[in-house]
Amino acid sequence: MPGLEDLYREIILDHHRNPRNRGELPPPASHAVGHNPLCGDEIDVFLEVDGGIVSDVKVGGQGCSISQSSASMMSQAIKGKPVEEVRALVRRFKGMMSIPDEDGNPIEPDPAVKLGDLEALQGVVKFPVRIKCATLAWNTLLEALEQV
Amino acid sequence: MSNALDVAAIKAQFPLLQRELNGAPLVYLDSANTSQKPQSVIDTMTHFMQESYAPINRSAYQLAAEATDLYEGARSKVRRFINAKRDHEVIFTKNATEALNLVAYSWGRANLERGDVVVLTEMEHHANIVPWHMLVQEKGIILRWLPLSPDGQLDLSTLPELLDGAKVLSFTAMSNVLGTITPVQRLCEAAHEVGAIAIVDGCQYVPHNVTDVQAWGADFLAFSSHKMCGPSGVGVLWGREELLRAMPPFLGGGNMIADVRFDGFTCADIPAKFEAGTPPITDVVGLGAAVDFLQGLGMANVRQHEIDVASYAMRTLTERFADDIQLHGPTNVEVRGATFSFGFRDIHPHDLSQVLDQRNVCVRAGHHCAKPLMRLLGVNATARASFYLYNDHADVDALAEALDGATDIFGS
Repeated sequence: MPGLEDLYREIILDHHRNPRNRGELPPPASHAVGHNPLCGDEIDVFLEVDGGIVSDVKVGGQGCSISQSSASMMSQAIKGKPVEEVRALVRRFKGMMSIPDEDGNPIEPDPAVKLGDLEALQGVVKFPVRIKCATLAWNTLLEALEQV
Repeated sequence: MSNALDVAAIKAQFPLLQRELNGAPLVYLDSANTSQKPQSVIDTMTHFMQESYAPINRSAYQLAAEATDLYEGARSKVRRFINAKRDHEVIFTKNATEALNLVAYSWGRANLERGDVVVLTEMEHHANIVPWHMLVQEKGIILRWLPLSPDGQLDLSTLPELLDGAKVLSFTAMSNVLGTITPVQRLCEAAHEVGAIAIVDGCQYVPHNVTDVQAWGADFLAFSSHKMCGPSGVGVLWGREELLRAMPPFLGGGNMIADVRFDGFTCADIPAKFEAGTPPITDVVGLGAAVDFLQGLGMANVRQHEIDVASYAMRTLTERFADDIQLHGPTNVEVRGATFSFGFRDIHPHDLSQVLDQRNVCVRAGHHCAKPLMRLLGVNATARASFYLYNDHADVDALAEALDGATDIFGS
């Protein structure tokens, strides 16, 4: 059995205790709500995109340490990035979570996309039940991007 | 210790509870979700598939007759278990959810019109909410909600008002979240006083208590096999025969007909009318064995044992963790089962259950398919430990030990 230290890395717990970019953005910022129907967790992603750049992002909602820290790290990672880079990051992150692409094929890691702190979430893969927690914010981000 | 049951001897009959994970025994505290299976159920099902498996109700050969007898024998066992009047009042469904949907779909569509009132309680499982919401959308019926008192029991003071003009009162006999046991007989009487029918969701109650549908005066009762030591894949709908006979069929197909013509069909009598297609034959036979197992222990003894475990759990957890633990539901064990939803030191239930899992303590974390109740409690999720006939004080202690470990990771 993988140990809890694989899951609850210090950086994850730090983001859980002190979530970054917490809050809301007023319209016309796009807003998507993600639900994890298994556990009732909810995440709000507010997104402002200016000239193809994610100029601001806020995260709301409630959830476990994995879903909250993933959302927090995500918000840090995408702020100020071009939308195309953000999409590539989502893809890279989902690949790290062992989630296949639309055709059911494994996502090969793109070395050009840097995960940074997000790599701390790698251990989640050893706890398959928690993958949905880690990806909730990212799927919600994709929905918010669709609304831009 | 409880004298009602010999838990060590019972535990020994459950092969899965002998299993060790990572070199340590399992502490299975998720029986409100689904229960483990005794050897007798496993053996009965295996033996049935090896020796007696055949189609039921439709073939003349001896083997088929034997299989039919075993299938119908299970129906009689279930009938006696809930003290119903007649075997044919017992309908086998896929699960309790299907049983409740069957009533809403068949009885509800035939008997409810726009503006008719259905009363539910605020602590229902989604299975006793969503089918009615579907009738709100389809027929324009109105739902009213019987509220809870602060200690997690039903607040009956508003019942006469809520029931005024109602056609249905549908309620759980025991909450899967709070553990609350409701006054079923009183609720059935109240429903009948205004001419409403009383539907009882017995999923959490039937596996743990003596059930007597005639003493209750209920009209329908739904429950599932898999929570009462039987296999998954089969549920039970019991209904009063005159109601079942008057209802239109639910699913159409084989087994549920007396005749089919190019210009129409005639339904079979109950119970076949509501058992379209090949049923889960082996599972039904397994359910019969589960009933035998429970009858062998005696449901009054099971209840007595669980009162003891519930008392010990409440005492242990509150003494040890004081304000760090928030136990939901009644504190009086006379009106609650041994199912405890709780919050612990602001640790999210998902994280908590992950930490408990390190010590093989299996609890559920989530909304327990009761999101309206979760909103009422002001939480997104809770952890839930549920005890059954194979759990004892040692399991409570193991839970408490494991909870202590959670602080090490998340701080206090």
